[in-house]
Amino acid sequence: MDGPIYKGPAMKWQKKQDNDCNQSVNSALNASCGPTKTPSKCSNKSMSKTPTTGGSGGHKTPKSGKKTPGKAPKTPNGGDRFIPNRSTSQFDLGHFKIMQDMNSQGSCENTDFMSPSKIESQKVMSENLNGDLMNKKIISYKTKAPSAPEGHLNSLQVLYSSCKTPASTAKKIMRNIPQVPERILDAPEIIDDYYLNLLDWSVNNHLAVALGSNVYLWNASSGDITQLLQLENPEEYVGAVSWVSEGNILGVGTSSGEVQLWDVTQQKRLRNMSGHAARVGSLSWNAYILSSGSRSGNIHHHDVRVAQHHVGTLSGHSQEVCGLKWSPDGKYIASGGNDNLLNIWSGQMSPSTQSNVQPIHTLSQHLAAVKAVSWCPWQYNVLASGGGTADRHIRFWNVSNGQCLNAVDTKSQVCAILWSKEYREVITSHGFALNQLTIWKYPAMTKVAELTGHTSRVLHMAMSPDGTTVVSAGADETLRLWKCFAVDTQKKTQKKTIKDTDKSIMSLSRIR
Amino acid sequence: MAATATKNTITLKGSTDIVAEFFDYGINSILYQRGIYPPETFTRVQKYGLTLLMSTDDGIKKYLSQVISQIKEWLLNMTVNKLVVVIKSLNSNEVMERWQFDVECDKKALTDSKPNEKSEKDVNGEIRAVIRQITASVTFLPLIEEPCSFDLLVYTDKDLDVPESWGETGPQFVANSEEVRLRSFTTNIHKVDTMVAYRKTD
Repeated sequence: MDGPIYKGPAMKWQKKQDNDCNQSVNSALNASCGPTKTPSKCSNKSMSKTPTTGGSGGHKTPKSGKKTPGKAPKTPNGGDRFIPNRSTSQFDLGHFKIMQDMNSQGSCENTDFMSPSKIESQKVMSENLNGDLMNKKIISYKTKAPSAPEGHLNSLQVLYSSCKTPASTAKKIMRNIPQVPERILDAPEIIDDYYLNLLDWSVNNHLAVALGSNVYLWNASSGDITQLLQLENPEEYVGAVSWVSEGNILGVGTSSGEVQLWDVTQQKRLRNMSGHAARVGSLSWNAYILSSGSRSGNIHHHDVRVAQHHVGTLSGHSQEVCGLKWSPDGKYIASGGNDNLLNIWSGQMSPSTQSNVQPIHTLSQHLAAVKAVSWCPWQYNVLASGGGTADRHIRFWNVSNGQCLNAVDTKSQVCAILWSKEYREVITSHGFALNQLTIWKYPAMTKVAELTGHTSRVLHMAMSPDGTTVVSAGADETLRLWKCFAVDTQKKTQKKTIKDTDKSIMSLSRIR
Repeated sequence: MAATATKNTITLKGSTDIVAEFFDYGINSILYQRGIYPPETFTRVQKYGLTLLMSTDDGIKKYLSQVISQIKEWLLNMTVNKLVVVIKSLNSNEVMERWQFDVECDKKALTDSKPNEKSEKDVNGEIRAVIRQITASVTFLPLIEEPCSFDLLVYTDKDLDVPESWGETGPQFVANSEEVRLRSFTTNIHKVDTMVAYRKTD
């Protein structure tokens, strides 16, 4: 606000000082006595009309320098010339005073001189700002509309993040996907059990692998291997590992039905949460809620912050829960079971209905156990799932209405499924006969690449935090790292510049 | 509504109904198209020969019907000048977008009871063009990434008695904005201009 107000009047005022057209000065002075609008307006007009304003400054200043000292005090009393001494008038100070004390009617002649035009300009300003508010009133209803439910994310994101040019005109992008793993790690005694989830990669670039009763961490940045834990009872084994989103705590599910929390930096157990009647084979975090799926078919929600950690039970499966995933927005939780069911549950937990929660959707199209479950990272209501040996299908679901969007027969058991963060692709890992990883284009579901190398079924997959690398764990006791979603940095920067130019065009466009 | 549905002329009351109805559908379209509320809380309806989405949320429905019924009253005595939909960020309370509907009233219609010559079909055609533009606006408006709420501001004549449940507010402009004027429609009694202001992306 200060800027424009300062500019407008100050200009006129300076002009006036410059100008030797005494008529207008006098009228302006008169105007200052009786603060009516019109005289000042007239003076403004005459000012702007004077053709010599621009050039006058140069040759007039010396003149005023000669004449002013004696004459200046006379002028208010009706002298016909008013030529102030520019060198002695302190414009900076004067301006400061005006701005500091706008209402002051003190002796400072400048303030009086300014006020009518200032009032005028302020009026114009407020009209411009508020849109002729002089005779209008802006009102609004006191009770406001309810705000959107918590966790609601603008679903338009999909519109903005999708490809701008139609597929046919887009340059065909062929990227090189290395057919051999970047690295092979040994995973001795990894349990060959379809129903467990023994691999997870944290945001801190730690890869957690459960081998029998041990959990090992592989630091992907440095290559260091540390043993995080060994269960006390050698008969027991770890059935599931899952990192909290911050990456500092690992959730561990055991064959005795316990859910443990481990601090990674201190290599210490923080909590041991019991409650399940059978082994825990799947875990999934949603902020401070750790959900665990058990062989009993029950899913427990654990609030890890409070002593009474068990805050909810979902019983919708009659057999072991082997796939469990929270949606990225925390709105849903998807669970796949050995009873061939895929259940979608609401993420909201209300204590009153805790006893008998029903799934939002029970999807029974799969004909075998559903272990591979993964949420689309860019479209929060799309879920991908894969079925076991008897089913072999990948299915895509719209969880808002429970519709099956697409189904593809992969001809092989689907053990794990992941969405690429970088490309519109999904990767699946399979068992007999090829033991391969397959990359599919979404939503066309054409095969982009097949990565072979494992000599036994590929049970688990995890993605690196940067989204470029996928690690697969096979029953052949190896972990293989595939750099299959490498980011083309050159192309990325290009895209960015295109986007920038788009924006500048957009700002010019108008709809008619 | 029924009185004007088949006739070729529009009375003041009919015009008021048309404009109020346009506000209802227009505001709902904005709420849906700009993703202020989850899309699953909207249902499809056929109107103006278009498929439009209307909120099914009871809270929003109640709010809109209360506001619009009040605006209807003001449309009828021609004291309303503008209706503004302000979209504000919930976190920062910053105004993200501002949809302005300027209403110009032909005050002659207040005294002159003679209905004017314009068929409702023509008006609906004009309204359809406006709503189409609102729908198409997602192509140039920037994505609203943070959770937002909306508010309705009404510009009225200065001498209007403000009802108990209404309060005066500021104009709530978008800082550093870009403006796009959309089409307008007229019933010959009320003329409605539509404009959207949004934050310049730089």
